[in-house]
Amino acid sequence: MSQKEGWGSRLGLVLAMAGNAVGLGNFLRFPAQAAQNGGGAFIIPYLVTFVLMGLPLLWIEWAIGRHGGQFGHHSCPGMFDKMGRAGWLKYVGVFGLFANLTIAAYYCYLESWTLAYVWHSVIGTFRDTLPSAFLDKYLGKPESGILSSPGEALFWFGLTLSLNVWFLSRGLAKGIELAAKIGMPLLIVFGAILAFRGLTLSTDSPNVKESPLVGLNFVWNPNFDGLLNPTTWLAAAGQIFFTLSVGMGSAHCYASYLRKKDDIALNAASAGWMNEFVEVLLGGSILIPISVAYLGLDAVMEATKGGGFALGFLTLPTLFNNWGWFAPVAGAMWFGLLFFAGITSSLAMGQPVMAFLEDEFKVPRSRSSLAFGAVTLALALPCIFFYHSGMFDEFDFWAGTFGLVVFALLESFIFAYVFGMDKGWDEITRGADMKVPLAFRFIIKYVTPLFILTVFVGSLIKPSKPWGESFSGLFSGDGWSLDPGSVIGKLLHVGVKDYAWFNAAGGMTNHFVEDITRLLLVLLFIGCAVLVYVALNRKKEPAQ
Amino acid sequence: MTTTAWAMMLATWTVIACFTGRFFWLVLTTPPHNDGD
Repeated sequence: MSQKEGWGSRLGLVLAMAGNAVGLGNFLRFPAQAAQNGGGAFIIPYLVTFVLMGLPLLWIEWAIGRHGGQFGHHSCPGMFDKMGRAGWLKYVGVFGLFANLTIAAYYCYLESWTLAYVWHSVIGTFRDTLPSAFLDKYLGKPESGILSSPGEALFWFGLTLSLNVWFLSRGLAKGIELAAKIGMPLLIVFGAILAFRGLTLSTDSPNVKESPLVGLNFVWNPNFDGLLNPTTWLAAAGQIFFTLSVGMGSAHCYASYLRKKDDIALNAASAGWMNEFVEVLLGGSILIPISVAYLGLDAVMEATKGGGFALGFLTLPTLFNNWGWFAPVAGAMWFGLLFFAGITSSLAMGQPVMAFLEDEFKVPRSRSSLAFGAVTLALALPCIFFYHSGMFDEFDFWAGTFGLVVFALLESFIFAYVFGMDKGWDEITRGADMKVPLAFRFIIKYVTPLFILTVFVGSLIKPSKPWGESFSGLFSGDGWSLDPGSVIGKLLHVGVKDYAWFNAAGGMTNHFVEDITRLLLVLLFIGCAVLVYVALNRKKEPAQ
Repeated sequence: MTTTAWAMMLATWTVIACFTGRFFWLVLTTPPHNDGD
């Protein structure tokens, strides 16, 4: 049973935690965010936010996890139930189940693309097929209607999900830890080789338009005006938030397998900084420099406006063709490192769900891993078949973006004001193998919750114009122009013309799929809450 | 690359590499606690 489980080694735990944090966003999202938000100046709010929000949140989550683990709880509902006497606390923990279930559904699908791209890089598919045409066919883009018709994508998704279930069924030490010990070093080696190859491209090389250093300059040249722009700070906070995989319940779960006096301060700091190393040193040195070298700066600046996804999946496979015999190896390395980044994260999503079933319903590990696989499959299939109608993006926005901010906001307040800073600080520093500066007591109590609250409010009312301009407009009576991508903007369908569930021919529209997805997510959350109610109300436990 | 871009990049890389290396080294070399429970 899960109570008897534990990490095989400290190194394994730190690598698994770092693997949880390191994801596809480290290589695809970070460089695009940095380039769009002031280049080198972005890194200043980025690092400040890491210290004031990211690191404290890691310590909070590790502390909540290890504390809950002492009561035999390895998933958030039970952990939060033990943070105070109020009955509602366990329902905050529902986020820790809901987020992992929903994110795993679409994330495993994305992860499976990387595995497919490894294969197709090796067999040379991208030598004569444009990646954009390949991806459309791979995902079964519908010529009309809302239903995608993927063929090959289903195979790779099935394989990826099976791999996840297999690793999870082997347990912490023999499964998750093994994957992290293999995946993380390979990821770093692959990233270092690609960065070296990309940065040493010469303008004399065939088809190279500009030095890759122009791309590096694009990422790092500081525009200090950005420091006074709230958009830059919100973008930096958002990047730190999502890169560390906080607000999900997975870090809590991993930490819950520690013993009462095991260190969490140093382990959390090490995992967090390792994520930064991978993101900034490797993630910032591959995608943009190589793309700029072959496409030129203007084309890449335009491409990064939509994030780094298009560059990573649609552009790089073609650019690697310029590298001769090394092209298939480079493609396999690029998508291989994305796969390792993905699977070490998706495993961290499976463990909390399994731990909930094992702890609260006494389901054996072999069955709980299958149950996780079955629920992930059931949630992923709609994402796969309605991918082009926006279901995937809806999952990503509500569960993988907004849901995380809500959970992190709640947990930071609960930790500081319900659990209490005295107990919280004791929890963080007990058994610590590093001295945690006392300033963090103040930061965790006041600054971190305020930072997350700002991110939360920012996502709610994000304006369509720059923040400064929007406030000026508000005070001069012009009102507030909501961005269609803000939470309220999405709920109110801002910017949507002809909002309707059915078109003139009587067929369902994308708006129908979006609204049904939101309903599905709400029902799933309620379902998780009911399970938590059943599990924790029938269980008699020793008093805290 | 401009001088300021080099300076920003190298300063950031140094800070991150130092903290990552320092903490990871401590993880590898600090003996486990025997009074864990």
